[in-house]
Amino acid sequence: MTQQISTMTATETVIQAENVNIYYGSNLAVRNVFLDIPPRQITAFIGPSGCGKSTILRCFNRLNDLIEGFRLQGRITYHNHNLYAKDIDPVSVRRHIGMVFQKPNPFPKTIYDNVAYGPRVNNYEGNLDELVESSLRRAALWDEVKDKLGENGFSLSGGQQQRLSIARTIAVDPEVLLMDEPCSALDPIATLKIEELMKDLKEKYTIIIVTHNMQQAARVSDMTAFFNAEATAEQGGKVGYLVEFDETTKIFTQPSQEATQDYVSGRFG
Amino acid sequence: MALAVIKYYPLFRSMTVTPQGQYASRLRSRTEKGIDGVFFSLTAGFAISIGVLLLSIGLVVTINALPAIQAFGLKFLITSEWNPVSGREAYGALPMIYGTLVSAILALLIAVPLGVGTAIFLSENFIPLAFRTVLVFMVELLAAIPSVVYGLWGIFVLIPITKEIGRWLHNTLGWIPFFSTMPRGPGMLPAALVLAIMILPIITAISRDSLASLPPELRQASLGLGATRWGTIFRVLIPAAFSGIVGAVMLALGRAMGETMAVTMIIGNANQLNLSILAPANTISSLLANQFAEAKDLQVAALMYAALVLVIMTLIVNILAEYIVGQIQAKYD
Amino acid sequence: MIPAAQPQKSVDLGDLKIDHSSRRSLFTIAMTILASACMLLTLIPLIAVLTYVFLQGFRRFNLPLLTQLPPPPGLTEGGIANAILGTLIVVGIAAIISVPFGVLAAVFLAEFGKGNPLARWVRFATNVLSGVPSIVAGVFAYGLLVKTGLTGYSAIAGGVALSVLMLPTIIRTTDEALQIVPKEVRMASVGLGASNYQTILKIVLPAAVPSIITGVTLAIARAAGETAPLIFTALNSSFWPGGVLEPISSLSVLVYNFATVPYEPQKQLAWAGALILVLMVLMTSIAARLATRQKTY
Repeated sequence: MTQQISTMTATETVIQAENVNIYYGSNLAVRNVFLDIPPRQITAFIGPSGCGKSTILRCFNRLNDLIEGFRLQGRITYHNHNLYAKDIDPVSVRRHIGMVFQKPNPFPKTIYDNVAYGPRVNNYEGNLDELVESSLRRAALWDEVKDKLGENGFSLSGGQQQRLSIARTIAVDPEVLLMDEPCSALDPIATLKIEELMKDLKEKYTIIIVTHNMQQAARVSDMTAFFNAEATAEQGGKVGYLVEFDETTKIFTQPSQEATQDYVSGRFG
Repeated sequence: MALAVIKYYPLFRSMTVTPQGQYASRLRSRTEKGIDGVFFSLTAGFAISIGVLLLSIGLVVTINALPAIQAFGLKFLITSEWNPVSGREAYGALPMIYGTLVSAILALLIAVPLGVGTAIFLSENFIPLAFRTVLVFMVELLAAIPSVVYGLWGIFVLIPITKEIGRWLHNTLGWIPFFSTMPRGPGMLPAALVLAIMILPIITAISRDSLASLPPELRQASLGLGATRWGTIFRVLIPAAFSGIVGAVMLALGRAMGETMAVTMIIGNANQLNLSILAPANTISSLLANQFAEAKDLQVAALMYAALVLVIMTLIVNILAEYIVGQIQAKYD
Repeated sequence: MIPAAQPQKSVDLGDLKIDHSSRRSLFTIAMTILASACMLLTLIPLIAVLTYVFLQGFRRFNLPLLTQLPPPPGLTEGGIANAILGTLIVVGIAAIISVPFGVLAAVFLAEFGKGNPLARWVRFATNVLSGVPSIVAGVFAYGLLVKTGLTGYSAIAGGVALSVLMLPTIIRTTDEALQIVPKEVRMASVGLGASNYQTILKIVLPAAVPSIITGVTLAIARAAGETAPLIFTALNSSFWPGGVLEPISSLSVLVYNFATVPYEPQKQLAWAGALILVLMVLMTSIAARLATRQKTY
């Protein structure tokens, strides 16, 4: 199995980062990242805060376009197509590559409309009721909300809101799910539910998760990328870089870099 | 099993597509992109129109004022005769310019100490927060009452009072030029008082905001060094909030110079320059309110010229205020 | 090396006690009284104006007031119904112009304005516009519509003048209301593949609608009390409104005109009109206050 994954990463890649540098204004935020994201697996990004793991995640569906002064050098490809090519429509990219955010952020709408929003803006042509139900089922939320689909999304608990966000994202049927610390605002029980959900979802989706929780990365992910940050010449400046990218078991048991060893054993970060 | 069919979505039109599920296409249609573009342009267009509106206000007033500008030039600003009788037409706005400035400054003299004092009272914890919230709201209400209502109240309540005060002032201090006339009712004094009431809320609200937005460490540091509450207010808080207070005063000045109805109803509308604050006077805005509806030809142009002067005066004051308030925001952002 | 033990300095702790007769205490007391006096003096005009308007206005408050035309000089009875209706029409016209205009301009500022120099200039222009004296808005409408003969003295000219005054308030409150909507919600919508217009129209604006309505209501209430922009645009009329291209009566202009006539019935109508204006402003202010307590975000 381990062997197979390696060959797979070599032969087919969903998202590939080639020597990516990210700038905000004139500040270099992340440098020289090379990554190959394998399909239908969970890839975890770990590392101390400020190491750029969320930044690089947001580049994968061009959400950083919304941030002032953002600039990217290098290439990020999606099935061998440069996501930052001039003729790429960022809105279309986000319909392929969905995102779940750190804080649950339902829209101020009903539960039903929260899930139906994405399909509606994507011109969904099928039966919307069925899609809402199947999405909520896949997000393991259906049983809890099926009798109150007309209630506001804010009426749910934090963990339910986050599963609603996941349902909302998978209703658009993306190929890739980006998750930016999806459990950091949740209690342990809700976290466990989301983790189980992720394991179910990887049969169909390629998942990339940013987490500051190493146990979580070890529990759920197949591949792990460890990022670190180093001080720059400027006062207080920090630049993130990729230290090591490998199978999760290897990162946590026999990493090739000393920094990784130090981080996963809790010696810093 | 993991190597089975890869989902393959097209990002380019050139790529051949097998639609996935019930989604016809992942591409954004040309219409949708079009709507996005149109929406952006629409909002940008309206935003730009604000600037266009501002410019056209200036333009409309200036163009209409041109005949008077040509006829009187800068003499308009320094002569005192305002005579619309045809054949003997002469227009000079000095009394109104003087009245505008003096009424506004007198109002400031009354309102600034009161407003800043109130702002201090409302930003300190002299009384419980719940009461303060109510008081802040009441000060806001003061700003909400329509100008014409203040005018009405001024005619029937304030003027009788100021007439008595004015009579006393004239009898005891009549040798001072400012009190040299016998008050007949309407005049500069009641107008300035009403103006003061009307600008009080601006001064109070902005001063309070700039006092309240000071970092709490400032106060703690001062108190920690053994300063009293009032020592802290005078030596630390007011100096730190000073530019905010100055901005508030400038905004209030702009408002006072442009205020129309209440002043028109109680200033007496006398187009003559009189040093006595007990005598009737006039302001530019009152002049406009009184004469525009019945004005013709050159008189309209002269009124437009007066309006232009008012616009320039308030513009200078407001931009200065804007600049000063902007400075504080930059400091604490 | 080791310092010799120093004798304990005796400390007089007597100065920890409050001395009410010290100069410092007297100063504190005096200043506190002064600040309270400022507060009181600020409130006196509010209370004085409100009481007087209520006392005078309610004396003349009856049904004919709301249903009949003003009486000719010398007669009593009558009402100010045409002025109430006229105010509604003129303010309605102003709202039709300024609300879409202001909201869309604010959408540009809040949603597309980040780092855009154009937005900085537009914000500046908005602030300058809010400092334009209300009478100048009237002068502008007069020069643009009345003098050119486009509409003559009319409800439309009055509405245009009022809309100039309403615009900055609407832009500012909408801008603020949109900025309060969290960035994450926009990100979530964009992350689902929504176009900008979809995110703004379906997510951001609906979330901000309560605050926008509050702001618009306040702007309308303020505009309804404005007199200066109307006296030489909408002019006045003693009859029922005859169309948007005709001169039209309004509450505020009626109060202004009747305040200075020598007839007692007209003066009473002026007070009744003032009361209606004040009630309107009071109620909208309080309603807006209560509405801002319950928000989506």
